[in-house]
Amino acid sequence: MEAIREEVETVNGYRLHVVPNKKFKTINIVVKLKTTLERDTITKRALLPYILQQGPNSYPTRMELQTKLDELYGAVLSIDGAKKGENHVISFRLELANQKFIPNESGILEEAISLLNDVIFNPNVDKDGFDRNIFNREKETLKQKMSSIIDDKMRYANMRLIDEMCEGEPYSIHVHGYEEDLSSISPENTYEYYQSICKEDTMDVFVLGDFETEEVKKLITSTFKRENDNNTSKANATIKKNEKKEANIVKENQNIQQAKLHIGYRTNTTYGDKLYPALQVFNGILGAFPSSKLFINVREKNSLAYYASSRLESHKGLLLVFSGIAPEDFEKAKEIMEQQMDAMKKSDVTDTELSETKALIENQLLETMDNPQGIVELLYQQVIANSNRSPEKLIEEIKQVTKKDLTELAELIEEDTVYLLSNEGGENNE
Amino acid sequence: MSKHPYNDINETLYKEELDNGLTVFLLPRPEMSKAYGIFSTDYGSIDQTFVPLGEEEKTTVPEGIAHFLEHKLFEKEDRDVFADFGKQGASANAYTSFTKTAYLFSATNHIEDNVKTLIDFVQDPYFSEQSVEKEKGIIAQEIKMYDDQPDWQSFMGTIKGMFKNHPVNVDIAGTVESINKITKDDLYTCYNTFYHPENMVLFIAGNFEPDSMLQLIKENQAAKKFEKMEEIKRDFPNEPEEVAMSENKMIMPVSVAKCTIGIKESVSELDADQFIQKDLLQDMIISYLFAKSGKFYQQLYDENLIDDSFYYETSLEKNFGYSLIGGNTHDPEKFVSKLKQLLLSTQDMTISEKDFERMKKKKIGQLLRAMNSLEFIASKYIHYHMQGVDFFTLINKIQELQLEDANGFLINWIDEKRITVCKIVAE
Repeated sequence: MEAIREEVETVNGYRLHVVPNKKFKTINIVVKLKTTLERDTITKRALLPYILQQGPNSYPTRMELQTKLDELYGAVLSIDGAKKGENHVISFRLELANQKFIPNESGILEEAISLLNDVIFNPNVDKDGFDRNIFNREKETLKQKMSSIIDDKMRYANMRLIDEMCEGEPYSIHVHGYEEDLSSISPENTYEYYQSICKEDTMDVFVLGDFETEEVKKLITSTFKRENDNNTSKANATIKKNEKKEANIVKENQNIQQAKLHIGYRTNTTYGDKLYPALQVFNGILGAFPSSKLFINVREKNSLAYYASSRLESHKGLLLVFSGIAPEDFEKAKEIMEQQMDAMKKSDVTDTELSETKALIENQLLETMDNPQGIVELLYQQVIANSNRSPEKLIEEIKQVTKKDLTELAELIEEDTVYLLSNEGGENNE
Repeated sequence: MSKHPYNDINETLYKEELDNGLTVFLLPRPEMSKAYGIFSTDYGSIDQTFVPLGEEEKTTVPEGIAHFLEHKLFEKEDRDVFADFGKQGASANAYTSFTKTAYLFSATNHIEDNVKTLIDFVQDPYFSEQSVEKEKGIIAQEIKMYDDQPDWQSFMGTIKGMFKNHPVNVDIAGTVESINKITKDDLYTCYNTFYHPENMVLFIAGNFEPDSMLQLIKENQAAKKFEKMEEIKRDFPNEPEEVAMSENKMIMPVSVAKCTIGIKESVSELDADQFIQKDLLQDMIISYLFAKSGKFYQQLYDENLIDDSFYYETSLEKNFGYSLIGGNTHDPEKFVSKLKQLLLSTQDMTISEKDFERMKKKKIGQLLRAMNSLEFIASKYIHYHMQGVDFFTLINKIQELQLEDANGFLINWIDEKRITVCKIVAE
């Protein structure tokens, strides 16, 4: 197995991460622009990936850009915005077949890097802003995206849980932005804001694949340049202590077949913390795997659900439990789901559960390292958390987690909000 | 064990057919952290009517049984197989498609033990009346989850619109009603017929040593007894070339209407050469027209008929094939008429040499990209193997395609009789 080697240096106003690796038949270049999550800028940030994806100045329509990508052996360019704790990150990802595996090809990497540079730094603008037609059209696209969230019940329920749970905290800001902002954003003010992103956001560039490090470094640094003397990043998740004693219960009805029961906990622990490896193990035993307590008890023993699991929001310190149940089973499912958390809190964990879960998490992390985007995301965790806990180090620490660590961690975990999306028929009047 | 190097893509595949009929493929990739194993049977939701092993008369089993069986194989008399994998640091899973049922694991440790666990659990069924009853509740929730997913409903709705008799028109999971009819004996009937080694393929890819791996598999199989097996007799109804319905409309609480056009691509069996040519061209042409670099995409976009949920996909199996084009739209009527008009215009279209070269480049790059994933390689290898095609020669096959092939395909591609429409609207 090949280890992950990452060389990091600050150059030309960004941090360059070069990751040579022989596992893959492609080269991946990922550029990340990060700033704090704010209500005032979120809708613009949500819209920008859609606009930029329509093509830079040199290829000013989607069709021209995409034709160029096709010529580069079907290279894939994707641009997206995401919440990472209380940061917002715009990612540009370009994946390109490695010319090594294509007879008589040698120039596509250089062309691809220059194309990506154009997409980021030379967008399709006229004298004061983005192309108006494209802008208005993509505003519509974003609007449809916002209104279609309600069609994906699992995602909708998750979003609603976070709304309720993190009300007033930046983390509750919707990653797709807000419909009410759309009327006030224009091609001009969005472009103006984008220029400030390009100058001021923290920028990280990752290059990963089977190549000569020095050669690729030269290709990147001779193309990507920006003015920024202070490309430092700070960890800025505000962790709010839960002041409520009782968990909040929120119920909502829609015309659906299956109810969604989501429960949010605050763990008061994030990626950079000493107890973070213990949190990974805690979540693993509780609900991350088919051998976890939630799956075994909610699904296998009680046949209440097809899925019942938990996951972490590592940079905000949340643990979210979720399940899809028959509406009439709400009380029973909630009780059984909460019992599993109680068992965790009482350290009702066997040595086998502990050692098996640790092995499963190790397996999961190692597997993530067999995927190019997975490697980049794992490495980027450190940037977000401003931590030097590398993926390998995290694995080592997970192996060392003891029951005592779990007990210590359990003290920090608090139930915050129970959210139920159900239908009229299943409602229980309390 | 035969060794097959593919130098251009830097892969080496080992192949062996065991005495009991099981086909084994090993793809060592020592630079990876993990190994991935998939044990797959040529048995899916469409195999509803067949002659059971050792019998004379054909029988028809309840809808959804292949999927039900997949669930039940994980449960043994005294334990759950997920836990066995869990103990060995592996994650396991399974899926049932129209044509295959596959069991899989991935692990970064105890690879040989996990391979043994994979083979043994699939080859050692335990079905009891009680456990069958218990599963009905779980699968009913799975079916209801799909009932609430407009994308899935739109997919199945289009398939049902295309196929009149072929059992591809039945939901893979069945219905709550049909799964309630499943009995323990039905499960054994299907199991004994379709899980014979002769009907199965084992593919292991990743970080392991091929010689000792093959040794282990051979010893494991030699210790088990299987009845001799004749070719399975499966029964498929005659399927007309034209679609079952020209339009299928469904009401669901969606915020934006969903609309899909289905093109019925194939209703009969193809030989390996025909299959691969059709498979590649079908995909390359639909992507040429409807990918974001495509003319048709651009027109739909300019007329504001699509958003970023727009998608297309194409599938070709042994005795059926289809292409789907669809997404959310504010104006389903206009979307349909525009799309039909565009599709019909392909009869008079020719692809230029330059465009065709670009189409080939794109397809080659896509394949290389997908080959980063061991899961993709293993499942695609098996898929193509079942059609008599060697997946690792696909890049060569693409390079060999001629412009005349593509233009010849295009002339006959669209026929209004083979087009269906599926709409999902809020009322």
